[in-house]
This record gives sequence, structure tokens and C-alpha cells, in this order.
Amino acid sequence: MTAVSGQAPTATARTREDGGVGTDAARPDGRLKVTGEFAYGSDLWMDDMLWGVTLRSPHPHARIRSIDIGPALALPGVFAVLTAEDVPGELRYGLEIADQPVLAEDVVLYQGEPVALVAAEHPETARRASARIVVDYEVLEPVTDARTALGHGNEGPRTDLHPEPTPVVEQSREAAPLRPHGNLIRHLKIRKGDQRDAAAAAGKDIVVVTGDYEVGMQDQAFLGPESGLAVPAEDGGVDLYVSTQWLHVDQQQICRALGMPKEKVRLTLAGVGGAFGGREDLSMHVHACLLAMRTGKPVKMSYNREESFFGHVHRHPAKMHYEHGFTRDGDLVSVRARIWLDGGAYASSSAAVVGNAGLMGIGPYVVPNVTMDCWGAYTNNPPCGAMRGFGAVQAAFAYESQMDKGAAALGIDPVELRVRNAMEEGSIAPTGQVVDSAAPVVELLRRLQAMPLPPAASSGADVDLRAMPGGVSNTTHGEGVRRGVGWAVGYKNIAFSEGFDDYSTARVRLEITGGEPTVTVHTAAAEVGQGLVTVQQQIARTELGVERVVIAPTDTSVGSGGSTSASRQTYVTGGAVQEACRRVRAAVLARSGRELWEDVLGDLVAVLGDEAVEETVVWRHRPTEAVDPETGQGNAHVQYAFAAHRVVVDVDVELGLVKVVEMACTQDVGKAINPQAVVGQIHGGSAQGMGLALMEEVVVTDGIIRNPSFTDYLIPTILDMPPMRVEVLELPDPHAPYGLRGVGEPPTVSSGPAVLAAIRDATGMFLTRVPVRPEHITLSGDVRSEERA
Amino acid sequence: MRVHLTVNGERRQADDVWEGESLLYLLRERLGLPGSKNACEQGECGSCSVYLDGEVVCACLVAAGQAVGREVVTVEGLADGADLHPVQQAFLDAGAVQCGFCTPGLLVTVHDLLARDAAPEDAEIREALAGNLCRCTGYEKILDAVRDAAGRLA
Ligand code: FES
Ligand code: FES
Repeated sequence: MTAVSGQAPTATARTREDGGVGTDAARPDGRLKVTGEFAYGSDLWMDDMLWGVTLRSPHPHARIRSIDIGPALALPGVFAVLTAEDVPGELRYGLEIADQPVLAEDVVLYQGEPVALVAAEHPETARRASARIVVDYEVLEPVTDARTALGHGNEGPRTDLHPEPTPVVEQSREAAPLRPHGNLIRHLKIRKGDQRDAAAAAGKDIVVVTGDYEVGMQDQAFLGPESGLAVPAEDGGVDLYVSTQWLHVDQQQICRALGMPKEKVRLTLAGVGGAFGGREDLSMHVHACLLAMRTGKPVKMSYNREESFFGHVHRHPAKMHYEHGFTRDGDLVSVRARIWLDGGAYASSSAAVVGNAGLMGIGPYVVPNVTMDCWGAYTNNPPCGAMRGFGAVQAAFAYESQMDKGAAALGIDPVELRVRNAMEEGSIAPTGQVVDSAAPVVELLRRLQAMPLPPAASSGADVDLRAMPGGVSNTTHGEGVRRGVGWAVGYKNIAFSEGFDDYSTARVRLEITGGEPTVTVHTAAAEVGQGLVTVQQQIARTELGVERVVIAPTDTSVGSGGSTSASRQTYVTGGAVQEACRRVRAAVLARSGRELWEDVLGDLVAVLGDEAVEETVVWRHRPTEAVDPETGQGNAHVQYAFAAHRVVVDVDVELGLVKVVEMACTQDVGKAINPQAVVGQIHGGSAQGMGLALMEEVVVTDGIIRNPSFTDYLIPTILDMPPMRVEVLELPDPHAPYGLRGVGEPPTVSSGPAVLAAIRDATGMFLTRVPVRPEHITLSGDVRSEERA
Repeated sequence: MRVHLTVNGERRQADDVWEGESLLYLLRERLGLPGSKNACEQGECGSCSVYLDGEVVCACLVAAGQAVGREVVTVEGLADGADLHPVQQAFLDAGAVQCGFCTPGLLVTVHDLLARDAAPEDAEIREALAGNLCRCTGYEKILDAVRDAAGRLA
């Protein structure tokens, strides 16, 4: 069941036919996607193309003594074998810190690090050749714990994985200079209000609630593998067709590695089969280009599922220590928190993730006294970086658990405790920033409370096994099954923060084609499945009143569209398209000598003739600031977006099996540009949060990934997902185009904590680690003895 | 090895096929039919679902040689010329397509489900689609699409 309720009056009718802003306009790529004709990166093909494969390190930490490529080169059908020596430009690249080699040089710092490349006629030939490359490794002891890596664990001498400071690259997301040394990527501090402990600070009767929490490493698990096709060009350059999230930052990094100017490295977006942050870093991009340049032939690379687990960054595993101080009445007066994020072998976007986890780490509550320390560390684990929710997800498990623990300690209802301390418009965030648009935390919770609860579980002989924990495995007919209800609320900063120059470029052309006005929208902003192409068409239709809107191929022949991440594209690229359309309108009006667009619209054929009117706009959201490095104070954020969940579970406490019965979500989106797509984002985002709470973990022991397959890394299936209720609020943000708020991430922040809370409610156990495994539940003597009694 | 088979009603042939190649590889890389997808190549995701002699299989788990002389229908064979099959149209109308990588396999699976059971209950739909992973939609709108398609076909 879904319902969309509007607060703000909506000017446009919500029909698919109209196709403008506020309608369920159809996807322009939909038909191609249901007929199988849509070309993803892995579908690209050229007549004489070669296949590239990557040889990866089997060790998480080792020195490379020698590499012998001779046996691989000798195999018939092999065209090239490349190692670090063959990288013509700069060896190291990175989103924020250029610390990661294109191919390992003298050491490998994680299992799966690329060491050599092969191009051959058939992918199997390439794989066999790569198996013949002889790499002589001196295996070193891996550093596998973030706290140990930082020397916070008192576990002996520290091994510095990046002893030399590495250069910060231009496109650094942080304004504050980062000088990484040793194993510290970033230390974010907030010092707000009184820094003494809670009781001393409040000077009265304070209940202090303490907790230690842990979040496992999650994988984006997009279904479309990392893939692309590099084609050598006649001008000595290369054209790369690739599934990615951010063409221009890819281009910058590829140019450095190839030692070529950007005119010679042209990127075009290939179809993207989901991203969720995992395509913000380079994967096969430089590798395919190197092989294409060397062989003079087009080279395709496409990872299989196992390689995909090594081929992209993951969500940072987190360890968190929180102390909340409440008055007896339930006022949250202080939070002291420490968060350790394991960044793995290379920095990727860890510094920004640390910023987010720390700055969003108290939750959507008003707290006068805050002490926050959040560290990102280098280890020999797989590199971690962007994933939907970007640091805010990990912290939400801790702060929402603390709210529940506080409620229990105080004897206050968990929803009422949240309501009592909720942020609202005008509140001061832990950064000192004023929340200057709607912050409907209370309303989101109240609307959830107003939704009916699902019917009680059936039991006994006529039970439907499919509705039981354990399903058709027939593990229970209701014995030992307990119901629980959990609540959580979360928030996420939208778009890039902390002073990053965040912008998008849009080129809009209006002309007459085939006797009909046609708008062409050209950006470099990546459609990854979320529906950005639809939104661009909707905005152009609304702004120009023209129905036929064509989305030009997404490529680097237009300026950057920024990253498809941080829930920013509808806001920032949408803002750019809106502004470009308005300039086109102004230019056409000036040419026509008329004053009203409505008057010109019916007459466009005559006004334009065979000329096109084109405008290119670079559009920025309002600026943000770096935070003070000692206090974490500053206007770091553009916008906040809020979501809340109520989750109902049935738990078989004897077997530790969980069945999620229902998820309900309320979210404020400011303005739903495409209500159907908005609800789709809320469904999908909620599912990913639920997955992290219940089943999804890249299991890493001693630096080795134990489960790099969909057999062993479980993502929710249709049997795991419960029915969802969604209510969407539209409380406009006056600073944003159409009043909209970013949509994609907030539901991933709050769904997992609500699942965890529901399991606690069902079992009576204070679970502190996600994903929750059956043994976490069954190993409690309490539950079992109580059950037997 | 030479492989000949019928795909979407047409006789097709491929030469120099290596024994280790899957039906999925044959379709995608040798016969120019990349509609069937390759999200895991291990039988875990359903993105490669095709009909083989009328039964839905994971094309990644079938050796190309096993398909010799048999009849294959892929997502490319569902529409009737320019007219989408009601299952395809229902997926579009319901908003069940985001990135679309799971879509071809789901369409084939749902096409098969509705041919066997014209009005499945939700629990039956869930069981039938349990082998098709989707990472984008949370499955809600896929359920909507299946219910809607059942109505259109009724
Ligand atoms: S690709 Fe065949 S089941 Fe996943
Ligand atoms: S729509 Fe992306 S995997 Fe299903």
C-alpha cells in the first residue's frame, strides 16, 4: 500500500500524460529496458574487440619481489600483458587522496588489489593467461582492525601502511587540507557546549546510558557488473564507454594515469545496472584504456560477481561507543561518542564518510552538549568508500539504539522520547548550523503511529508457513515466535558538504524538428536507475511547455554533472536544467519581441524557423563551509532530509530466525518531482537498510573476504521483503528548486535501526551488532530459559 | 564446436564455440542477444532467465552444447513486433523498472508464472520470483506489476 499526500499545493496535475514536474512521467529508457535492447556496459561489443582481465593479489599484505609475465604472453590469442611499469602517467589515483596505484608496484595492501592485466581474443584465454603470470610475494602480517591501526587498541607496535604523506588531489571533497600519515585518514571532532561529563555538565540528576555498537561491512551489490569498452581513437586518444557514477572525475583520474590531456580521453556513459556509491571510484576504467592503447584494439572488461566484490569499495564497518545523558524527564542533555570507521587499504572517499558519520552522528535531535570523535583508519582490509547513506547509516544504528536504551532506562515510550528531543525547523544542529527549512521529525513519527498495525501472527495447524520465520522450511507453526515493533528516525545531509564546490552543468536546446518543437537536454550526470533522465524531461516540459524532450547521450563533451551520489542529482542537475530552460525561454522571448511565453509557445515554428536556441548553465547550490577542525562548528550542509520507519517482525527465538512482517516509512521529500519514482526510491532504500540489519555482510577475516558471491553474501529476496506502507510529505525547502529534497538515502538510514529495534522488542535482548545473526539471538540463555519455563 | 538452435523462433548457428561456454555467453556474445543479463553467472540471481524448450532456466547454468537443437526464448522474444507483451507494459506502468538489470529475467519468469497460473496470490508470486534478485526496487512495484499483468491477461 502506498499513499502520497501533499502538504503544498501542487500546480500540475499528476497524470502520466502531462509528463511535467509532479507527474508519474514514464521513463524514456523504459521501453528499451523491457525489450532487452538497453545497452549496459557489459553488453557493449565491437567486431575486433579484445577482452581484458585483471590479475589480483591473493594476499591482503605482501611485498612483490618479482613478476614474470613471459608464460602469459606465450599463450596463443594473448595480445598484451601489462604491469605497473606500463602505466605511462601517474601511478596513483584517488577521489580525495591519490594513494591507490593503478597496478600494484612494490607492495599490495589488500586482497584483490590489481597487479597485472591481460588482453586476449576470448575471455577464457585471458583468464588462463593471467593464471600463468608468476608473482613472487613476500607475505606480510596484515593490519586488520581500525583501532589497532590507529594505536587506540594498545596491541603492540603500529605498522604504518602509508608512511609517506600522499598528495591531496584537486577534486578533494574536503576544503580542509588532509595530510594523511601513518594510518589516520581523518579525525573529525565536534566540541559543542560543555565538555565535562553529562552529570557535571547538567548539574542535576542525570541518567547516563552507555552502549558499544558494531556495524558490518556492506556491499552495494548492484546487479550490473563493473564493465566498459575502451576504443583507441585515430587522434592517439581513447574513447571509453563505461558504467559509472561521475564521468568527469573518472576522466580527470584517467588522464593523469595515461598522461594525456582531457581532449584525448572522452567518456560516454554506458547503461548502468545500479550503483549505490560503488561506482564512484575507478574500477576497470584505466585498465581497459591501457590495454586498448597498447594493443590498438577495442578492449572490453566486465567483472564477474566474485571479482565485483574485490572491484569496488564497500560500506565502512564501524565500531561505536556512545554515552547519552538524559534528565529524568527525558531531555537529552549530552552525547559523547567515538566512532571508528575502517577505511581499508586506500582512502577512496573515507575522509568525507568520516565527516558525515561524525557530523550526522547524533541523529535528528537537539543536544546542547556534544563531544564527538570520529576516525577513519587505513588497514589491510578491502577499501571502503561510498555507499547509500555514506556514514550516516552506521551512526544511526548507534544513536537510535541509544534512544531506545534511554527510553527503557527512563520508563518513557521510545517514540515519545524521540518526539521530546526532536529537531524542528530553527533547531541548532551539532555543527552550530541552523536548520533553516522543514524538519518534520515529530510529524513523521506521528504519521507512523497513526498507521494501522498488521494483524497478529497466525499459529497452530492452519498456519501459513510462508508467513513464518523460516518459511517453508517448516521450522515452526508459531511456537517460540514472538512479535516485536521497532521505531527509528534518521536524517541525511543532501548534496556535497563541507565547502566542496558542488555544481552541475546542463545544456538545453530548443529547435523545430519534423515540424514540432523539440527540446534536447544534454548533461554529464549519470542515470544509474533512479530516474534522472525522467526528471530532466519533466523539468524541461514544465519550464518550456514543450512535450517532446530528448535526453542526449551522457558524455564528457558537456561540463561536469557532478556525482550521482549524496541524493544530489535531482537537486543540482535538476536545478541546472531548470535554469538552462529559463534562459532558453528568455532568449526566445527576446527574439520574438513578445512578453508572455504562452503567446510564443503556439507560434514556435514561426519564431524559431530553422534556428536552434541553446543555453548552457553551470548551476551551484548555496555554498557550504568547512567545519572548524577542533570544534566541528560551521555551516557544513546544504539541506537535511528526514525519514522514519516503523518495522514489525516475528522472531523465532529458539532458532534465531526473523521474519519482517511489515515496514512502514514516512519521508519528507519537499516536492515529489515524480511521485512514483520517489516511492520506488523509498522501497529500494528501505530494503538495503533492512538487508544490513539482517543479512548483508562482507565477512572479512585476516584481511580475506570469505563470501564473495551471491551464494554467500545474501541480499533481500522478494521472500525476505515485507509489504511496505509509504507516506510521502511534501514540505517545500525554499532554497531548493521546486522546493525538493534529495530522496535516495534517508530511507536507508532509518530502516535498519527500526528492524534492529523490532528484533529487540520481540526478544527482549539488547542486540548491539548488525547484521543480527541467528546465533546472536539464540545464544541468550535468558530467552531460552524463559521460553521453557 | 558448432552449435545450432532455435532462438525466438529463428534458426541460429554459431561456430568455434568453446565447450566451457554457457548458453548465456552464446546468446550474449555470439548471437547478438545481450538482453539476458549476467549479474552473477552462478545461478543465484535469475537475471539470465530464458525459456529452454518451454521451461524457465538460468542460461548461465546451461552449457551452450546442451542447447543444441533446442528451442530458446529470451526477453527479446516476448514482444509481438512493436507491441509490448502485457507483462512488459505492466512493469513500465507500475514503475517496476529502475536500473532494469533484473528486468529481463523477471519478465521471463513472470511470463511463465502467469501462463501457469492466471491469478496468483501474493504469496505465490513471491515464491515464484524468489530466485530473481532485484537490488533497486524492494520488490513492491514488481508485485504491483505482476498483479496488474495478471489483470490485463485475464
Ligand atoms: S546470471 Fe544466471 S542466475 Fe545470475
Ligand atoms: S531494477 Fe535494478 S536490479 Fe532490479
